[in-house]
Amino acid sequence: MEATQSEVAVDVRDLRMRYGDKDVLDGVSFTVKRGEVVTLLGPNGAGKTTTIEILEGFRLRSGGDVRVLDADPAHGDEAWRARTGVVLQSWRDHARWTPRQLLRLLGRYYLPYSTDEMVRPRDTEDLIRLVGLQDQADQKIRTLSGGQRRRLDVAVGIIGRPELLFLDEPTAGLDPHGKREFHELIHALVDLEDTTILLTTHDLAEAEKLADRILILAAGRIIADGSADALANEIEAKTEVRWTHKGKAHVHATSDATEYVRDLFRQHATGISNLEVRRASLEDTYIALVQKYESGYQTETPTALEEASR
Amino acid sequence: MTTTLHAIRVGLRRGGTELMLSLKSTQDLSFYILMALIALGYLYLRRDTIVEGTDLSFPTLAMPSLLGSLMVFGLVMGPAGQLAMDREDGTLLRAKAVPGGILGYVMGQIVTMSGSLVPMLLIVLLPGAFLFDDLMPSGGAGWIRLLWVMLLGIVAILPIGIIIGSLVPSLQKVNTWGLFPMMILAGISGIFYPIQALWGWLQGVAQAFPMYWMGLGMRSAFLPDEAASLELQESWQTGQMITVLSIWAILGLVLAPILLRRMARRQSGSSVGAAREQAAQWVR
Repeated sequence: MEATQSEVAVDVRDLRMRYGDKDVLDGVSFTVKRGEVVTLLGPNGAGKTTTIEILEGFRLRSGGDVRVLDADPAHGDEAWRARTGVVLQSWRDHARWTPRQLLRLLGRYYLPYSTDEMVRPRDTEDLIRLVGLQDQADQKIRTLSGGQRRRLDVAVGIIGRPELLFLDEPTAGLDPHGKREFHELIHALVDLEDTTILLTTHDLAEAEKLADRILILAAGRIIADGSADALANEIEAKTEVRWTHKGKAHVHATSDATEYVRDLFRQHATGISNLEVRRASLEDTYIALVQKYESGYQTETPTALEEASR
Repeated sequence: MTTTLHAIRVGLRRGGTELMLSLKSTQDLSFYILMALIALGYLYLRRDTIVEGTDLSFPTLAMPSLLGSLMVFGLVMGPAGQLAMDREDGTLLRAKAVPGGILGYVMGQIVTMSGSLVPMLLIVLLPGAFLFDDLMPSGGAGWIRLLWVMLLGIVAILPIGIIIGSLVPSLQKVNTWGLFPMMILAGISGIFYPIQALWGWLQGVAQAFPMYWMGLGMRSAFLPDEAASLELQESWQTGQMITVLSIWAILGLVLAPILLRRMARRQSGSSVGAAREQAAQWVR
């Protein structure tokens, strides 16, 4: 029984969250398989943070079934906690501590949860090297840059060798260089060991870069679920055809560009230039999807209430 | 059980590190020194005053009361401020994200807060011993008394600080919730002048709170037995002191874990984020 269940790391069914008379999550369902990297993508206020905090066991849900590593996170015990990792956005906590001090101390909490197959915690020095903080390891944490701080956050998140790692808007506030470094770190983690990762972002490019699978959350529901390619196909992606005919520019949107272009040449044997066929980018798909949902299913957009952290 | 014990052990270590960092911090040290300067300065100005009906000088009599009130201030404001801050800056959330982390955090707080009493009191007491006469616990019995009064005080008062820290809505409110009531209590508890100067009912109010008893307890450890004649009932009232402080201890030990757990349960990334937003607005 254990074996069949443990294929799925996260199983969410009909998750609901209500604040006052506002439904922030209105029947969210999805699963994350072991070893998958899944991104929860959505505009601000869509309920991403609420969702991930419920899965982390930091927030109680209003309704629905949630299983995270075969347990209900609302009642997850310390042994369950030891198998999950949370990458928090540090701000000014432990300002006087050094990264080495903090990692040593936090690592100790995992000692009783070490097994033969899963040695916990990770060695502090290995971890410092992995996140590239060798030069800052003995510096006070308050002197770290934003990017360095975020790498320390990741180190704290993975110190117990979690089977499942949560990251909520991990690159918010990072500059492009910091973002790239962060993405490389996540790739290294995924390659190194089979960690299941669930992260939220409102940055589409980031979702595309990191995830095996993207879930789009809008207006409190999952409105799309698939790989970046599958998503682009899922919505009847119109392709844009642009050309110039006798000095005049034309644009036409079609779902079958090949057929349209064939027709075009049949009609005008000569005189066509600057032909350009452009498939909808993932971004177009995303924006179209979100707009469709927010306008169609929701008369007013959800408030930014639970997304105050930006 | 072993995992619980382990978390407690990690917490003790956490407290040790915090304490060491605090002793190395210029900010904390200058706070202690400033407080000591104020207390000693006040006593020094009145060094020639002899308390009526005794041959004891004012500093000799007032020093133990001051130490008692400093203990109360430290044990209430320390955890209250620290908890409010750790809640806002995400320290507590970090603790929550590791197995046994909250228990470890609380153990760490207890170690840090009790431990920081030592430098806080020594920095007042040691220079005081050179400046003024007869300023040490009276004999071996006095030292033993000092020890148990302090321990009882910690158990009775530290939970109050934790409770205030768990309830206070934000760091900015800690003074309103903690410091002001403490100052009022210090004013009516016979710390700076004899409690007999107050109306009877106000004496009753003061005696309901630990501040009065800590002052009295410290006096009973430091002063010769004859000085008891200056107190209410002309006695150290050791029995009443133990009773009142024990009642506070029991109340605190029951309530503090409940309120602390309630507060910790509400911690999430978005609550820390909201506090960060709030703080950004304060700076502006």
